[in-house]
Amino acid sequence: MVAAGLNLRLTGWKACATDGERNMATLNPEELSPPVAEMKPAVVDINAEEVRKELLGKYPTKVARKRAKQIVVNEIGPDGAVPEIAVNVRTIPGIISQRGCTYAGCKGVVLGPTRDIVNLTHGPIGCGFYSWLTRRNQTKPRGPEDHNFMTYCFSTDMQEEQIVFGGEKKLKQAVQEAYDLFHPKAIGIFATCPVGLIGDDVHAVAREMKEKLGDCNVFAFSCEGYKGVSQSAGHHIANNGIFTHVVGLDNTVKEGKFKINLLGEYNIGGDAFEIERLFEECGFTLISTFSGNSSYEYFANSHTADLNLIMCHRSINYVAEMMETKFGIPWIKINFIGAEATAKSLRKIAKFFDDPELIARVEEVIAREMPAVEKVREEVKARCAGKRAMLFVGGSRAHHYQELFREIGMETIAAGYEFAHRDDYEGRRVLPSIKVDADSRNIEELHVEPDPERYRPRLTEAGVARMKEAGIELSEYEGMMAEMCSGALVIDDISQFETEKLIEIYRPDIIGAGIKEKYTIQKSGVPMKQLHSYDSGGPYAAFKGAINFYREIDRMVNNKVWKYLKAPWQEHPELAAKYVWE
Amino acid sequence: MLLRHTPKEITERSALTINPAKTCQPIGAMYAALGIHSCLPHSHGSQGCYAYHRSTLTRHYKEPVMAATSSFTEGASVFGGQANLIQAINNIFTVYEPEVIAVHTTCLSETIGDDIPQIIAKARDEGKIPPGRHVIHANTPSYVGSHVTGFANMVKGMVDYLAQSNGHKESRVNIIPGYVEPGDMEEIKRLAGELGVPHIMFPDTSNVLNGPQTGRYHMFPPGGVTVEELTRTGSSMGTVALGTLASGPAARALDTKCKVPCEILDLPIGLQATDIFIDTLRQIAGVTVPESINIERGRLLDVITDMHQYFFGRKVALAGDPDQLISLTQFLVDIDMWPIHIVTGTPGKKFEKKILEITKDVPHPVNVKSGGDMFLLHQWLRSDPVDLLMGNTYLKYIARDEDIPLVRFGFPILDRIGHSYFPTVGYRGGLRLLEKILDALMDRQDRDAPEESFELVM
Ligand code: SF4
Ligand code: SF4
Repeated sequence: MVAAGLNLRLTGWKACATDGERNMATLNPEELSPPVAEMKPAVVDINAEEVRKELLGKYPTKVARKRAKQIVVNEIGPDGAVPEIAVNVRTIPGIISQRGCTYAGCKGVVLGPTRDIVNLTHGPIGCGFYSWLTRRNQTKPRGPEDHNFMTYCFSTDMQEEQIVFGGEKKLKQAVQEAYDLFHPKAIGIFATCPVGLIGDDVHAVAREMKEKLGDCNVFAFSCEGYKGVSQSAGHHIANNGIFTHVVGLDNTVKEGKFKINLLGEYNIGGDAFEIERLFEECGFTLISTFSGNSSYEYFANSHTADLNLIMCHRSINYVAEMMETKFGIPWIKINFIGAEATAKSLRKIAKFFDDPELIARVEEVIAREMPAVEKVREEVKARCAGKRAMLFVGGSRAHHYQELFREIGMETIAAGYEFAHRDDYEGRRVLPSIKVDADSRNIEELHVEPDPERYRPRLTEAGVARMKEAGIELSEYEGMMAEMCSGALVIDDISQFETEKLIEIYRPDIIGAGIKEKYTIQKSGVPMKQLHSYDSGGPYAAFKGAINFYREIDRMVNNKVWKYLKAPWQEHPELAAKYVWE
Repeated sequence: MLLRHTPKEITERSALTINPAKTCQPIGAMYAALGIHSCLPHSHGSQGCYAYHRSTLTRHYKEPVMAATSSFTEGASVFGGQANLIQAINNIFTVYEPEVIAVHTTCLSETIGDDIPQIIAKARDEGKIPPGRHVIHANTPSYVGSHVTGFANMVKGMVDYLAQSNGHKESRVNIIPGYVEPGDMEEIKRLAGELGVPHIMFPDTSNVLNGPQTGRYHMFPPGGVTVEELTRTGSSMGTVALGTLASGPAARALDTKCKVPCEILDLPIGLQATDIFIDTLRQIAGVTVPESINIERGRLLDVITDMHQYFFGRKVALAGDPDQLISLTQFLVDIDMWPIHIVTGTPGKKFEKKILEITKDVPHPVNVKSGGDMFLLHQWLRSDPVDLLMGNTYLKYIARDEDIPLVRFGFPILDRIGHSYFPTVGYRGGLRLLEKILDALMDRQDRDAPEESFELVM
């Protein structure tokens, strides 16, 4: 293990010259991990290519061959091209991975944060139990009468009898009981692993019960855990379901000039509240969020918006694409993680609507919010600059959070997603070249056509040209790698073994990952921030969120506890003596 | 209100579980397997299960929880998971090098009908299991029983695969601690040590799931029962199994397999159950109970005497697992509290009978249900309110809505620490429980007291 206090010099590392702020990446060894006073600073060279070899060294040949394609050293080409990475492929049995399952992506991530749908898990008790309130999605009902089922867990608690004789009867009865008790607007049925195998037709049950109940929309998701290679399949299934069964049900046109939907924001730790506040101050009308702090009714009405904003590209881009095809709503990628990114995103939206008053108001809001951000940023940066982060998480956060670290002078030296696709790494430009394998083919691609009555392209041809001129890229996402430095490690679906190795070699100052990784990392003496659920804090989105995050990282990387790891007698064992007082 | 849709009137439900008071078998099996030294639990199914089990255990312990998975995809689900499991075994032994892999099934592999012993045999034939290493397994179909059943099945798996009789009866007692916390296991060992009874405890998650911060991570921490010890359980003089549901099957299996007789006792939570545990160990090993234990017992009695006025007649609602609830209910009755609503998600009619027996002298109607859920518990206490709630973290939603103090007890506890360090078993554990109960009740009294009767001395 490399002792703390050594200067680790990253060889082969190239600063990315995207902006001035980034130049700190020309790492000055003196600035890195400030050497412990009594230790002589030494410089250890670390070369990402060498590290990559070391990560692969212990694997059986077949595994090493596969992982070799999933671990790449970033290299920004002259045209902005980045190396190809193998992702969204099967997890290797026995290689401890961060990933979860399709059900988790569907019920847990996408539909979980919606408060007024009764989310009924059809299966044995476990899956429903584990996804009950554990993700820290917050929601705020509009009043005491508003429905909120997020605090409840509904399950058919399948027993052996249903496994043998089928579970449709019990499922129907459960839907009936849920209806009788709560009279919800909608009931969503989520299939877990055994359901597909025993042949229960959850969709038929949903259709039958919807018909029978009359005033309750019942729909089902075939999101059995084995359906895809990760949560990602579940996102897609959820997107399809919500689009087919809910989006477009309510044509009421709401008041408001600049109507938007926010896609891929899940209100962890109150992020959505902070973003909603900002939207209101800027004068945007938020029709629906998918799905933080959301309601069934918002989804139903979401096709009346004029612009879709995509936050987490991985989990929700399908809905955006389908809404564009069916209703003519364009989408842009935005990011509210990071103060700069937030300002940039707000400006982009304002520019899209091209309204001078709106543009002015957005500038006002930014000008009002930024001083507080700057003040804290400067203060925190003084203590954090030069420190290094590694982020292995999710399908968008490993990218977005690099912004926040960068703002306080910390560089992300290695990053990767848990369940993303190549477009999330390399940018959508590679979409045409992505090979669809058998696992992805399993997931239905909906065939969507323009709606005969409601298709209304929000942008004319001239509008599209204007966007181009204004530098607003429609339906575009650059991916994570384009914004990382050359020489940084990019690792998809990182394993426990690789995580431990990286810690040993790089001794990063902080790692962002998920709950399962949390304590293995902290037990190694490295602070760890959960970037799915944030551990306990938040919001981290937008301006106030950035302030919270700067302070949180400052607290973590400068935590005094790390100084106490050794007891006095472990540091100076030689002082042992027998009852000598003198 | 957080649980704004829970009506007071109880309607019959035959298909819908709301707010479960149990979870699925594999998580219990995973927890048990972590109590073997140098063991990697392995979930044979799709990776969601293991991700959920690891996450929940991690949130409960705030400790690393290591396990692997067969990562089924659609193909494996159709053709069976043999190839996945063999590949996993090979990868695990090559990369992570545990001494033992403890495989448990999931509802997926159970529904498919994978034959795990046959797959393990095949892995062995193919040389995928290095010499001196072990692969054990337990069937843990999630559509039967609960997490407690899964724990019991994995502990039985340890016996089935590893216990061996060497033909002698060695003066030593096996202790199966039940589905309790690492700190509880530590306390049970301490008590046996205090009594001077040589013992092997299995499983043993102490020093695995309550490990120290040292700045160095060990995938396989120093704690856990070793394979060698597990082998020797077959030659012990007898087994004391704590908790009928969680420990009974393994104890009986050991009797059948190696002719090691067993005593199956209630979990030593509270005065009476601890008395029985200590007395049983004393008689089996033929030792005298040392004064130190008498002092511990006396202290517990002392607090019950001194604070009886705060316990007497206070109504309690409980949710949790059967083994725990049986002992806890007995303890509450012993200190003259009134446990009046008791629910477990784990099915089994014996539980209801036993609770009704324990509470027969409580001067108040008692509701009890096995295979119930917290929605029902909430409905009960809306009609017949209580002074105290005891159970896992999920009860905090009821506690807040109904403004009832909550003592966290059981699994999972996701929002407080302490359960992995400080025991609730034994006399000291009893003392801790009383402290918690008193803190909750007396804080409430302080909060609600009118200014004129707000008391300094209580
Ligand atoms: S699929 Fe089955 S084993 Fe897995 S978490 Fe769900 S209930 Fe438990
Ligand atoms: S990457 Fe993050 S925001 Fe996106 S789906 Fe995953 S957990 Fe959610």
